[in-house]
Amino acid sequence: MAELNVGDQIPELRVTPDKYLPHRYAGASGDFNPIHIDDEFAKMVGLPRNILHGLYSMGLVAKANADLADGDPRALKHLSVQMRGMGMPEQEIVVTGTVKSVDGDRVTIDTVAAQGETAIIKNAEAEVRL
Amino acid sequence: MPIKTDAVGKEWPGVTYQVGREKIKEYATALGLDNPVHADVQAARAAGFRDVPAPPMFAVVYSSPAMAPAILDPEVELNFAAMVHGGQAFEWDEPACAGDEITTTAKCLSIEEKDGKGFYVFESNSVNQDGARVARGTWTLIVRGV
Repeated sequence: MAELNVGDQIPELRVTPDKYLPHRYAGASGDFNPIHIDDEFAKMVGLPRNILHGLYSMGLVAKANADLADGDPRALKHLSVQMRGMGMPEQEIVVTGTVKSVDGDRVTIDTVAAQGETAIIKNAEAEVRL
Repeated sequence: MPIKTDAVGKEWPGVTYQVGREKIKEYATALGLDNPVHADVQAARAAGFRDVPAPPMFAVVYSSPAMAPAILDPEVELNFAAMVHGGQAFEWDEPACAGDEITTTAKCLSIEEKDGKGFYVFESNSVNQDGARVARGTWTLIVRGV
């Protein structure tokens, strides 16, 4: 990994969760809230369809940042996010990030995850030790 | 009716979660994490871990069993049906590895009303079997129409 400087973009992460991803994430995480895995239930409570788990999208933001250290699980020291928009299965998620500060081996990165024009993870700040 | 804030400062008893290799693999696969340390104990040991390490966001898996009783506590009076998970933060220390027994305690940090919405903030503190801190979480839950 080349040295990072303030203002640098981190490599973009693009993922399109398939139709059954929310089911796999529900099993992996233990969060079986029906708004994520039951399309009919989701529509009944006023959502356009079953939606992604916010913590899945946050997991992709964590991946985009940890990938700066080749996915080393020790590298990510802090991550705070706001979950605002709804993430949809079968639509591409693009995670982008900009280096906000560099202090020795600690790099702080502002990150956003979006589907089209909709930010699904906002104001994400990650601290990575490289 | 003003929002009920009696539960601010309340702490709940710790809940212990045993981290397993297959669960880590399942989580890493769902997220598309391709570092072989999450699936292969030899790769994990070669990278300096005592066993297969959990990805950082696996913190939600081992801390959620401690958060559920706090969020659903009748004293908190949080309308679960109108709740969205609005914000989340984690700070990580010692990596969690397969075989670890991680105990998480939950605490209610604040309950506030803003623009007709209730903001419920909880903290989770997770320590491993050696007493080393693994992760600290801040969970912000937003309830519409309080």
